[in-house]
Amino acid sequence: MKHLLSTADLSLEDAVLILDTAAEMALLTDREVKKLPTLRGRTVVNLFFEDSTRTRISFEVAAKRLSADVINFAAKGSSISKGESLKDTALTLQAMGADAVVVRHPSSGAPYRLAHADWIDATVINAGDGTHEHPTQALLDAYTLRAHLAGPTGSLRGVRVAIVGDVLHSRVARSNVHLLQTLGAKVTLVAPPTLLPIGVEQWGCAVSYDFDEVLADQDAVMMLRVQGERMNQAFFPSTLEYSRLYGLDTPRMATMGTNSIVLHPGPMNRGMEISADVADDPRSLMVEQVTNGVHVRMAVLYLLLGGMKESAS
Amino acid sequence: MDHGRVVMDGSDIARAIRRLSHEIVESTKGSQDLVLLGIPTRGVELSQRIAAAIEEIESQAVSQGSLDITLYRDDLRLKPARALLPTAIPVGGIEDKIVVLVDDVLYSGRSVRAALDALNDVGRPRAVRLAVLVDRGHRQLPIRPDFVGKNLPTSTQQLVRVHLRDTDGIDSVVVSEEVR
Amino acid sequence: MSLVLRGIRPYGDDAVDLVISDGLIVDIVPVGQGQGDVIEAGGLVGLPGLVDLHTHLREPGREDAETVETGSRAAALGGFTCIHAMANTTPVADTAGVVEQVWRLGERSGRTQVRPVGAVTVGLGGEQLAEIGAMANSAAQVRVFSDDGKCVHDASLMRRSLEYVKAFDGVIAQHAQEPRLTQDAQMNEGALSGQLGLAGWPAVAEESIIARDVLLAQHVDSRLHVCHVSTAGSVDVIRWAKGRGINVTAEVCPHHLILTEELATTYDPIYKVNPPLRTASDIEALRAGLADGTIDVIATDHAPHPHEDKDCEWAAAAFGMLGLETALSIVIATMVEPGLLTWRGVAERMSSAPARIGRVREQGHDLVVGAVANVIAVDPSAVRSITATDLASKSRNTPYVGMQLPGIVEHVLYAGNPTVLHRQLTW
Ligand SMILES: [Zn+2]
Repeated sequence: MKHLLSTADLSLEDAVLILDTAAEMALLTDREVKKLPTLRGRTVVNLFFEDSTRTRISFEVAAKRLSADVINFAAKGSSISKGESLKDTALTLQAMGADAVVVRHPSSGAPYRLAHADWIDATVINAGDGTHEHPTQALLDAYTLRAHLAGPTGSLRGVRVAIVGDVLHSRVARSNVHLLQTLGAKVTLVAPPTLLPIGVEQWGCAVSYDFDEVLADQDAVMMLRVQGERMNQAFFPSTLEYSRLYGLDTPRMATMGTNSIVLHPGPMNRGMEISADVADDPRSLMVEQVTNGVHVRMAVLYLLLGGMKESAS
Repeated sequence: MDHGRVVMDGSDIARAIRRLSHEIVESTKGSQDLVLLGIPTRGVELSQRIAAAIEEIESQAVSQGSLDITLYRDDLRLKPARALLPTAIPVGGIEDKIVVLVDDVLYSGRSVRAALDALNDVGRPRAVRLAVLVDRGHRQLPIRPDFVGKNLPTSTQQLVRVHLRDTDGIDSVVVSEEVR
Repeated sequence: MSLVLRGIRPYGDDAVDLVISDGLIVDIVPVGQGQGDVIEAGGLVGLPGLVDLHTHLREPGREDAETVETGSRAAALGGFTCIHAMANTTPVADTAGVVEQVWRLGERSGRTQVRPVGAVTVGLGGEQLAEIGAMANSAAQVRVFSDDGKCVHDASLMRRSLEYVKAFDGVIAQHAQEPRLTQDAQMNEGALSGQLGLAGWPAVAEESIIARDVLLAQHVDSRLHVCHVSTAGSVDVIRWAKGRGINVTAEVCPHHLILTEELATTYDPIYKVNPPLRTASDIEALRAGLADGTIDVIATDHAPHPHEDKDCEWAAAAFGMLGLETALSIVIATMVEPGLLTWRGVAERMSSAPARIGRVREQGHDLVVGAVANVIAVDPSAVRSITATDLASKSRNTPYVGMQLPGIVEHVLYAGNPTVLHRQLTW
């Protein structure tokens, strides 16, 4: 595997290798000398066409802990505001000798295009593309679920996870559905019908419009960010109605199993999809997700860059 | 079973481990500060067996662990990425200890170089020594072992494989002609 | 001076000599008996020159993508003796001045008949009727009016335009796309668009407009033409409308007869087109509708774009694909070879019917004595491998690169003049 574009491309073996490697990375960086020499002399470019400080910093820390040189390239202009084109940016990075490009882009498929259009030789890592995928987020979610529900190297087979909210516009949901199902988890999507894509019944997971009906049966609940502006496009009548039906608040959390946990990819809309009390509850693992993100991204960078330069033989 | 010539069988290996253990005890003057760190995969089993032998000789426990060198290798660009193997530093750490690195075969010396780097990130031992079951020559770095089970002259075309009981089900060292 | 197309097989029938003089077919005689300069056409299928109701020539405004001249070359090589130049140029063809300019450029080129399409509304803005009468009465004699690229979505405006063109025997060619249902739409809406995270262009956005428009056409008793029908549901609606006697005609594009939405999984915008590539069952319904006459014509929607508008990420790319030079091949592969359409059927769908809809007197004649000599000779068994650089169009955005397609246009006579001989432009 040269690129990480979609979790749909990961076999069970690949996914477990990444998670196991991340677990080792966690142990190795849990000591005074956090830095490893592994990627010394390699250049990782963070190419962000969209602001996302948390994802960029996470990749930056991961790359630096592996001793890679990191270049942050905040490209102005999405497809809408016609800045420098994706292709010209790619050619620039190629000229700079980038070994890996971590790309965040508002257009679905932009990382796929970057990897396949013959513009660049580098490894491409999708750090979120439009409403398509965000594979490392799903990997860190799976890592967090595993750590809490199955032990550091346990299996997620049969673990029940509800993904709640704006599935239609969520790249996190798509990546998680593929990955968690590959890992054997039982996924239920929970959303109003307007926020579920056409054809979702072919995704292989359960679908429910009723949060309360499924909540008690879950080992974990993954809350998705819901933008208030969706209200103006008639996806739901009001933020109040949305949070009443699909928000996670304390009374609702009380109906969850006592060992079940709450994830959120961040940034949270407190009061919208999640109440402040729930966000600060010890069973909510947002801070841990951030920590795990670094280890997962170290694993991905190591596995993709560690030896994928094909040797002549 | 490998094709090739068996150069050490089970009793040869057992004898070699016994001798290595005696030499280590002697040179470290008692095992108080001794930490054995095996380099995965087979270095770990070797170091466990050496530790057991030393415990028999000295009648006291020996610190033993493992040190994965994967992330410190210098051939990452040449080979597919490998799964990481466990690093387990014994509870007492390695600070001011005498660390004996244990590996199955010493060849180019690059693994040992990586192990020294890895060790450096874990702590600062008083001294580091190297024990290997087989030294097959052809060093590419200025590294030499302190304790050797068997010196085995080979050509660079040959392949040396160490099999150990717990890992492979049998104790043997086999030399074969590498198939290109 | 006469020309003889020697040994040509009109509509694939028995070989004859077709004798051409003064721009007309003057005689049809047994092979070897025709008198005049011989063009060897032994074994080739003879068809009336093809007529395209839907071509984007990009001049004026985007001459970097295509000009009337380069588009005419592509048309001739594709077997077209008449093309309709869509109105979405810069400036928009919404005045007599612009349509006359395009018409003159076509006359000057002389490789194919260029019939400008006039805009329905000023600047394709969808708010105020363009000067339809002035365009109809201009030298360009416009009969087809379309805001193609945009839908005339305001129902009242659509009604008025359908009524207004009756005075000139014109037709409104509607780009059927409900705009609110297709905001930011990128590909066919279905399970695949959901997985790829590309905003969906639902079939209902096309079908609902067609349903509304056929009822409007019935109500005001006018002519409606539906551009690039792309869904099975649209075929059903049009079949229903025709059953009620509504005066509606429809076109399908070659790419909608052969390519499916699965190509979007490559995120390569070469496959980005509007309306989008649909599903295999849509293709099946479109082929069946074309075979049974529910769909009247094949139109190319030839849409040239400069390389940079396709060499980018999907969402940033332009919609559209080239079509003139590959249309007949796709029709042979999807309709003739499977036995869905005879050569006479091809002549009807690609020549007579579009000429009738566009009210082009000189085109679409049967291959009979006295007809205007717009004639092409096709080698249906020849196979070619498509390469973008071999095309005459100024742009290279063909989705068929690497495909082996049957059928090569050997000769083209436009009003009696050879424009293509032995697969080459004559000048
Ligand atoms: Zn159109």
